[in-house]
Amino acid sequence: MRSNLGFFSDEKFRSIFFQTLVVGLFALGLFFVITTTSYNLEKRNIATGWSFLQNPAGFDISFSPFLEFKSTDTHLKVYFVGVLNTLLVSVTGCIAATILGFILGIVRLSSNWLLSRLVYIYVEFSRNVPLLLQIILWYSILIQLPRVKQSLQVLDVFYISNRGLYSPRPIFESGFSYVSIAIVLALISSFLINRWAKKRQDKTGQQFPVFSSSIGLIFIVPLILFFILGSPLSFEHPELKGFNFKGGLVIRPEFIAMFLALSIYTAAFISEIVRAGIMSVSKGQREASAAIGLKQTWIMRLIIIPQALRVIVPPLTSQYLNLTKNSSLGIAVGYADLVHGFGGISLNQTGQAIECMAIVMATYLSISLTISFFMNIYNRSIQFKEK
Amino acid sequence: MKKLLSIFAVVAFAFSAHAGTLDDVKNRGFLKCGVTTGLAGFAAPDDSGEWAGLDADMCRAVAVAVFGDRSKVEFITTTGKSRFPTLASGEVDMLARNTTWTISRDVNLGFEFVGVNFYDGQGFMVPSALGVSSATELDGATVCIQTGTTTELNLADFFRLNGISYEALPIETNDEGKENLFAGRCDVYTTDASGLSSTRAAASNPDKWVVLPEIISKEPLGPLVRHGDHQWGDVVRWSLNAMIIAEELGITSENVDAQMSSNVPEVLRLLGVEGNYGEMLELSNDWAYQIIKQIGNYSESYEANVGPDTPLEIARGLNALWTQGGILYAPPFR
Repeated sequence: MRSNLGFFSDEKFRSIFFQTLVVGLFALGLFFVITTTSYNLEKRNIATGWSFLQNPAGFDISFSPFLEFKSTDTHLKVYFVGVLNTLLVSVTGCIAATILGFILGIVRLSSNWLLSRLVYIYVEFSRNVPLLLQIILWYSILIQLPRVKQSLQVLDVFYISNRGLYSPRPIFESGFSYVSIAIVLALISSFLINRWAKKRQDKTGQQFPVFSSSIGLIFIVPLILFFILGSPLSFEHPELKGFNFKGGLVIRPEFIAMFLALSIYTAAFISEIVRAGIMSVSKGQREASAAIGLKQTWIMRLIIIPQALRVIVPPLTSQYLNLTKNSSLGIAVGYADLVHGFGGISLNQTGQAIECMAIVMATYLSISLTISFFMNIYNRSIQFKEK
Repeated sequence: MKKLLSIFAVVAFAFSAHAGTLDDVKNRGFLKCGVTTGLAGFAAPDDSGEWAGLDADMCRAVAVAVFGDRSKVEFITTTGKSRFPTLASGEVDMLARNTTWTISRDVNLGFEFVGVNFYDGQGFMVPSALGVSSATELDGATVCIQTGTTTELNLADFFRLNGISYEALPIETNDEGKENLFAGRCDVYTTDASGLSSTRAAASNPDKWVVLPEIISKEPLGPLVRHGDHQWGDVVRWSLNAMIIAEELGITSENVDAQMSSNVPEVLRLLGVEGNYGEMLELSNDWAYQIIKQIGNYSESYEANVGPDTPLEIARGLNALWTQGGILYAPPFR
């Protein structure tokens, strides 16, 4: 029997029809949200538009290590300061969490009962206590440090107080640029040496002391150059003047609290990922490499880790994304990140909530997509290459 | 297309429910009033957990005007940042949250300030041990500042004008400010002078703190409602004015019953004995009588919450009646 739903019995037509329907409904919903929003904004006499970005902010942001910020600068600059602060805590946090996570993941598998139990307790604690509480905990500890006038002095040059960690600031004098050029050249040449040594080993089996020669190139050569040029580097020491230390470099407790909480929290997850990765490599691999006489450290570095990485990297990427997004909790301790500075203070001073939030969301989206993009490239490079 | 748009507009209208706030409040049976997260003297829970303070009284006065019952109010706490979205979205019917009346808030944010219940100004508080006697000596100090406030902008202006530097420590609530100040994370706390008095009163040893003499801004604090609902704006405005006029006329919560047989025409109009001013506001005719009976006049509320006999010890100053050297002034009740 042919029904009059002839078109519907065609699978291709049906699938196109339903897909169009879904897209259409989605577009309609979006249209509805946008019209409702703009209608209500207009009705409540709330001005919209992007021109507020060019208006002077009127408030100060003290934590801006990369850009100088004055109250006469625009809201747009508030945005850039926020992005840089978000990136600062995310990048340093990701690096620290990765290092800590790898170490802990390996220690967790150690045959030493006490060590592996301690890591277990650490992991369970930091994974199961909300991150916000951890941030506030670290901050509360940090502001209980001595007051600025009673700062702890470490090695005569570092000062620790509840205003942060003050250290000498290096001042690069003329001639130091030669040293930096030497360091860059040394880095490039050690990279080339590494490649050459690998090729030679593949061909002839002879090994080359890559590590020690690289160390020599990167550290010793610039150091000799540094002294030949007459040490073109001096330090500005922080000095207690009036209310605060003047001069020197300072790391604020708000940043330290964020950095510690984010990296310690994420490291717990990463250590579990690393542990899972290592355990995914079959026991036979380890036994086989031991049988051909490889050293324990080589087994780990040459056999286990490269295979484990295939399992580790995809979930590691999502931990990086989590850490970056979690950095938006900086508002809890007054860390001037993107959400606190632009999405908070600017939003509140201008009242342009929708615009500010749209910009902040688009920014997080771009940062996350960028991280995913590079991690995906890295992931592809470590996958098994079928030969 | 035009027809489609108008359909959307109608649907959108249905979603934005602020046709008449007064009717909404009456139907709901209680008032939703946005207050601070806790600022002693203005709005903070007292020993028995009841909200008390000048702003809390403002909320109660409106509840009394509408329902004749001071308990028909739900206090909703808002931070400096959340207060405006909370009001704009209809989460609360009004704000009485020591909020400064400025042109941008009045015009650009779509609100309406209905009056001033406290004339304030921004000041600085420092530990007395610092030996600072003027705000101009604060070069290089770390300043705790509540974000999203007018004080934040005044602070930047003040230091810029005087050519001195400072470091801002942004905080969200008054409690955070206290915590950071008492721990010495910042040297100075700046907010409205009344807020400083409140913070100082809460310190374990108030004598260790001094409020510097400089007042660097005008901060007229008052209740506000959403722009465009004039009927509701009138109810809130005249609830405040009724308290001020009652003080002018010498009517207190104690003598209000006796005043019902006064021979002063304005007293009789205010108390609803003569005229039908209550009906004009779509309230009962004894609404002002009830406010005075249950809350008191402005002076009573002031003395009980922030006056010289309270821990805040704030003299009337600018907040005295215009006839007594202050600038408190309400339009005539006729």
